[in-house]
Amino acid sequence: MTLLADAAQALDASTRARLAAACIAVDPALLGGAVVRAPRSDIAEHWLRALRGLLPEGTAARRVPLAITDDRLLGGLDLAMTLAAGRPMAERGLLAAADGGLLIVPCAERAREALVARLSQTMDTGVVPSRLSGITEPSAARFALIALDESVAADGDDHAADERVAEALSDRVAFLLELPAESSLGTESAFDAEQIAAARALMPSVRADDAVIASAVSVAAAFGIVSLRAPSFAIRAARALAALDGRTRVGDEDLATAAVLVLGPRATQVPMAAPAEPEASADASPPPPERDDAEPDDVDDTRDEHDPMTQRELDEMLVRAVLAALPAGLVLDAASSPTRGRAAGGRAGGDRAGGVRGRQVGTRRGDPRAGGRLDLIETLRAAAPWQRLRREAARTADALPRAEVKVQVRPDDFRLRRLMEPAGTTAIFVVDASGSAALHRMAEAKGAVELLLADSYARRDEVALIAFRGAGAEVLLPPTRAIAAAKRALAALPGGGGTPLASAIDRARELALQARRTGNDTVVVFLTDAKANIARDGTPGRPQAEADALASAQALRAARGTALLIDTSPRPSEVAQRMATAMGARYVALPRTDAAGIHAAVVAAIPKLPKGAA
Amino acid sequence: MRVAFPFSAIVGQEEMKRAILLTAVDPTIGGVLILGHRGTAKSTAVRALPALLPQMSVVTGCRYGCDPTANGRKCSDCRARELSGEKLRSEKSVVPVVDLPLGATEDRVVGALDLERALTRGEKAYEPGLLARAHRGYLYVDEINLLEDHLVDLLLDVAATGENVVEREGISVRHPARFVLVGSGNPEEGDLRPQLLDRFGLSVEVTTTTDLDERVEVIKRRDAFDRDPDGFSSRWTDADADSRRRIERARKKLDTLKVPDTLLRESARLCAAVGTDGVRGELALLRGARALAAYDGARQVTLEHLRTIAPSALRHRLRRNVLDDVGSTARIARAVSEVLGAPAA
Repeated sequence: MTLLADAAQALDASTRARLAAACIAVDPALLGGAVVRAPRSDIAEHWLRALRGLLPEGTAARRVPLAITDDRLLGGLDLAMTLAAGRPMAERGLLAAADGGLLIVPCAERAREALVARLSQTMDTGVVPSRLSGITEPSAARFALIALDESVAADGDDHAADERVAEALSDRVAFLLELPAESSLGTESAFDAEQIAAARALMPSVRADDAVIASAVSVAAAFGIVSLRAPSFAIRAARALAALDGRTRVGDEDLATAAVLVLGPRATQVPMAAPAEPEASADASPPPPERDDAEPDDVDDTRDEHDPMTQRELDEMLVRAVLAALPAGLVLDAASSPTRGRAAGGRAGGDRAGGVRGRQVGTRRGDPRAGGRLDLIETLRAAAPWQRLRREAARTADALPRAEVKVQVRPDDFRLRRLMEPAGTTAIFVVDASGSAALHRMAEAKGAVELLLADSYARRDEVALIAFRGAGAEVLLPPTRAIAAAKRALAALPGGGGTPLASAIDRARELALQARRTGNDTVVVFLTDAKANIARDGTPGRPQAEADALASAQALRAARGTALLIDTSPRPSEVAQRMATAMGARYVALPRTDAAGIHAAVVAAIPKLPKGAA
Repeated sequence: MRVAFPFSAIVGQEEMKRAILLTAVDPTIGGVLILGHRGTAKSTAVRALPALLPQMSVVTGCRYGCDPTANGRKCSDCRARELSGEKLRSEKSVVPVVDLPLGATEDRVVGALDLERALTRGEKAYEPGLLARAHRGYLYVDEINLLEDHLVDLLLDVAATGENVVEREGISVRHPARFVLVGSGNPEEGDLRPQLLDRFGLSVEVTTTTDLDERVEVIKRRDAFDRDPDGFSSRWTDADADSRRRIERARKKLDTLKVPDTLLRESARLCAAVGTDGVRGELALLRGARALAAYDGARQVTLEHLRTIAPSALRHRLRRNVLDDVGSTARIARAVSEVLGAPAA
């Protein structure tokens, strides 16, 4: 098969997608499946159809709706049927139904933690997590998970970085696929069902030499891939590729192709020729603490002992192959690798469960009078099994009115909605537009704020903008997600006049408290030289202005929340530091740098936002 | 049912394996918290336990798996049977390892009305939940740092009392639920509540090994297991059996093993030096050291045992100091060498 022989060359995206489908078809459960991202959902569906075409007739393929209940997922007692039949009727869950085939999760990036947990448990054990009811022998559930990541389709190129398929899932599948936009997928599959059938029969006897295994491991390490599941999947994919080619021994070209398919999308760093710059890997991703810069050396040393040339050549060939397949610029931008990002089900930012707003994530037992919202359906469901018992009890107890009631609900049945509201962040920028500040590189400050705004947009934060000059401070932009408006307001900001710092701090505090009441965390960023010369009541005069500003700063500190003061004066000024201390803000002296420099300083100084009080 | 990857075949991760084995020797040590990145054999180790651990004897017909020798601590069913003069028989059973998944309902965890019997026969009966199934075994919570608060509260409650209490109109059940809680998670994805953290006797940090040969060995074994699970497992039965015998011997030895007073003082000094709150740290330290000595077949507990177990027993009890960038492991190591002196050569 020429396709495999040319493996060392870059495989284009559609070839990769086809090969991945073929590998999955050879042994769905062993390969684990794929996380599939496509620019449009019909392209993903197309790929999926092609994959199903490769699988033997009658292979299961089940779709899991995100809102699936445990009953449907795991199986259990079929309430409706049981009530109708008067004897226990078991219901088979989707997991068991997908055994031997595919389990498809659309919109997988939005799967709840609970769903993710059950899926990963099932993939680990190969059996359905057993439920309470009467199922003694757990049923087998070995399948390939096809997680459709539709975050791209929804948001264009601009998707939020935190909406990724949970790492618990992406770590347990072999392939992380990015399907190309213009699709030639599947129309001329490299394999037909017969070849797949032959490969399936051959697969158990395909072996990988120790040298091949060693290469997979060292290449994974060279690309900064921490999880050991990745090289393991590469070996499995290589075995499947060998089986597809009708061989029982994994060849170098199989491994090269498998490395491109499995390891390429997981790369967090480019292999370095010399271990000179350990920072490069530290920046690209959070590697394990003990990962040290000597690793590329290790690769060479250990291999040399075994089999000097060929082993090294193989490693190098693999590295070249994976490198060639990487889109330019992708590697260093570790955040865009599908394996990175938030792990367990869902979004970054401390989601707040147990609130009274937000989307529902489940129910809990409780008293609706305590402020929760009743989930009527779940309450009735909880009450249902008791009806017969209660009616009889009510009759015998002579409690006449109760016996007449059709549905007998007791306080124990009450189920409350558990709601999850995203704990957002409101970033309040307070920009000094006074004459003194305008002298000191106002342009850079504006540029930095624009970069920060872009960050906020990526995180879906709200931003607000306060400017102060002349006699008072003005809220140019109340908290909003419309970043474009913020940019316009900032660009139009005129300079000149006095520095009414006290009023500015007061307005910032008001906005912060307001935002806090809606459940958001706040970050207040001041860009000022802190040379206050307008008092709170609008009168000029430096001593009074400073005293007022310090008092306001202390009030802001008392209001808590994160604050940051960027000193725009040419040299770090003592008064600005004092102001920052008073308001409990981090102090960043504007170094001799440009907008990007300020931006970097601010990003470094803002601590990880506190988690929502759960 | 698929065989699990054998415990003994797990490459490296010695601290994690030791911590888990020690809780098998002495469950009163408390739970084990495993923190680390993905793909570091956390789940593999836990799922390998049923095949590794010595079988336990349970009262025949008891749905909570009561210990026939535990006199005062049997479930109400067993006590009723004893009172009625029945001679309880016993049988061997595999140690349960139960998964508690994120998002589990309270009903499922604590137990609920037996739907089947309620619907079909109109009977009120209690159906035990995950806590009952984990009795005398292990309760495994993957990604425990993301566990919902109401479930954490439940766990804390049961872990403190060793008993699960269910009260619902007419169903009034309390049954023993003593288990070793094993939690795993990636600390970068969320913090654990301090109360829960404190309940863990031991904590370990697992990292993927960077030693290339070790990594190759991991993948080789995995590949061999993939191709022939049964054959692979059978090659490790001897090693597993060896661990099993050591656990059994250690359990017998545990009661007779004395901890010298000097060691008690040293551990108190160590806890004071790292500033842990409460006595849980000292307890974990002593129990861990004793279990380790027993597992090693030592005559008595020595300073070396204390030194070995200290990082696991104390790491998660340090008060967080935002100004100190040094990891907790390093801080413990520093305290150990300051308080206990350099290790014997």
